[in-house]
Amino acid sequence: MAKITMREAISQALMEEMDRDPAVFILGEEVGVWGGTYAVTKGFYDKYGPDRIKDTPIAENAIIGAAIGAAMVGQRPIAELMTINFAFSAMDYIVNQAPKLHYMFGGQFRVPMVIRAVGGGGRQLGATHSQTPDAIFAHFPGLKVVSPGTPEDAKGLLKSAIRSDDPILFIEHATMYQVRGEVPDGEYLIPIGKSKVQRAGKDATIVTYSKGLELSLKAADELAKDGIEAEIVDLRTLRPLDMEPVLESFKKTNRAVLVEEGWKSYGVGSEVGSRIYEEAFDYVDAPIIRIAQKEVPLPYNRTLEQAALPQVPDIVAAVKEVLK
Amino acid sequence: MKKDQLLDLYHQMVLIRRVEERGAELYQAGKIGGFMHLYIGQEAVSTGLIAAREPRDRVITAYRDHGVALNTGISANEVMAELLGKATGISKGKGGSMHMASVEKNMWGGHAIVGGHLPIASGLALGDQYAKNDNVTICMFGDGATNIGYFHEALNISKIWGLRVLWVCENNQYGMGTAVNRASAVDDIRQKAEGYNMKNSQVDGMDVMKVYDAAREAIEYVRAESQPYFLEVITYRYRGHSMGDPERYRKQEEVKKWQENDPIGIFRKHLLEKKTASAKALDEIDAQVEDEVNQAVEFAETSPEPALEDLFKNVYVE
Repeated sequence: MAKITMREAISQALMEEMDRDPAVFILGEEVGVWGGTYAVTKGFYDKYGPDRIKDTPIAENAIIGAAIGAAMVGQRPIAELMTINFAFSAMDYIVNQAPKLHYMFGGQFRVPMVIRAVGGGGRQLGATHSQTPDAIFAHFPGLKVVSPGTPEDAKGLLKSAIRSDDPILFIEHATMYQVRGEVPDGEYLIPIGKSKVQRAGKDATIVTYSKGLELSLKAADELAKDGIEAEIVDLRTLRPLDMEPVLESFKKTNRAVLVEEGWKSYGVGSEVGSRIYEEAFDYVDAPIIRIAQKEVPLPYNRTLEQAALPQVPDIVAAVKEVLK
Repeated sequence: MKKDQLLDLYHQMVLIRRVEERGAELYQAGKIGGFMHLYIGQEAVSTGLIAAREPRDRVITAYRDHGVALNTGISANEVMAELLGKATGISKGKGGSMHMASVEKNMWGGHAIVGGHLPIASGLALGDQYAKNDNVTICMFGDGATNIGYFHEALNISKIWGLRVLWVCENNQYGMGTAVNRASAVDDIRQKAEGYNMKNSQVDGMDVMKVYDAAREAIEYVRAESQPYFLEVITYRYRGHSMGDPERYRKQEEVKKWQENDPIGIFRKHLLEKKTASAKALDEIDAQVEDEVNQAVEFAETSPEPALEDLFKNVYVE
């Protein structure tokens, strides 16, 4: 087991899959000569050359549209969106084209494409560059939405995504590239669409993913000091959503706090909470609490920005609340 | 072109016309739902273009796609069954009029978002370039699509990357009900290709032989030079934009004037004048088409509905 950063884990996944399958290539803004704006593809251009590491114009429709077309004729493109906020420029392709093509033509077309997108707030980038709109994308059948919270999951899930024949949006969090974690040696895959218990506990269930996992693990450490054992279920994939480990945990603890970085309204927590009420109503011992971003466009000022984002003490307080 | 090929083109054009005329009747009878956009008047465009391609060349088009579907060899049965939403339709009843495709026939759809398929066309060509073959992608779209952002992003990458795309703008004078000069900064749409330093030309789209010749030349250029090419085809649709079009934006005299240049009439005259075929031989083709379309309607009407469990089929591959 090696301890590596999230950035290294993602880079390794990309490189291993490019070495394994010549149909895999990367396209996007500044992925090549620049080395990737988050340095994920640093060194790739020199290793693989301009055909496999394709710099594009700043034109998101062209990037995702072209990736779809190339995927339809048998290649395995990985399109990088410099930030998920630019996904809105290519929304038609991400939600209205890629997820429909297999179904709408009676199964004739396949779109084995991965879109890597960097999301999340906390870097003082202002309202248009800081969003966590993951739930929007998870709304659409036909698209798979993956968002890892550890280097191990990032690597294993990304490799599975690249090998998948379905279009996949792979969301990375901008503040997590330096997060370190143990990663198995050698080749491994993690299946898409499987939630995972990242920390075992018996008192309350925290359901989260991505940045929320980092916050929830810290919150669990705090709670442990007070003798409270929180169990953390990491969704890892938002669509298809695997509720099994969530329900299993909830049936044991009877209490849940749902943590996400996006806005609360119509969010991931709304979905997970509804499903718990629908499928495990008899086990509910306390109202479920959602921790999420305040309902404002994210401000530039650091204090205001942090006030809008979910924080560790919010989670600690919520867990104590459901245990009252 | 040999006699057989010429007569085959005539057959294809008449087939498109008659499939659509029958389709319109079935639509009015309530047997076809949704939107249906007829190609009637524009048959020479797709017929000439598809005749000029090699089988390995790809074609992708917009929602006015019945003509291309039939030209690429999707059967009248499969087209009609798709219109009726049947399990035997080319898209198994899940696509409808606007979404016909066949990987086997190298027909890549049938796309209903105006301009949306243009970056995808660049992607098909990018995939071929990546595979190091010299297939050409023929991408057809209307004049209306040239005013939307997708168009410009798609043309730009095709030029900077040297993608083998033949861009074919079917200028049928109206984007829905808005005339070209009310929607586009330039009337001569091919001028837009100049902005991308792309070779371009214009051709009369009512004459299938002219379209064929222009397309052959353009495809040859695209293949040999590994460069995109922009072909503007001047044409006209005789029917409304879709089935529910009140046609307040044009006068009947204008439609009549274009109908004097009917693409099937022009080609028929050409075949007779060149003594390629007798009137009797052409009438026989018309009668053959009639049988074919009758059979297609029969096939579609007697075909089963998709099974209810197919609702959940093909959302994902895995």
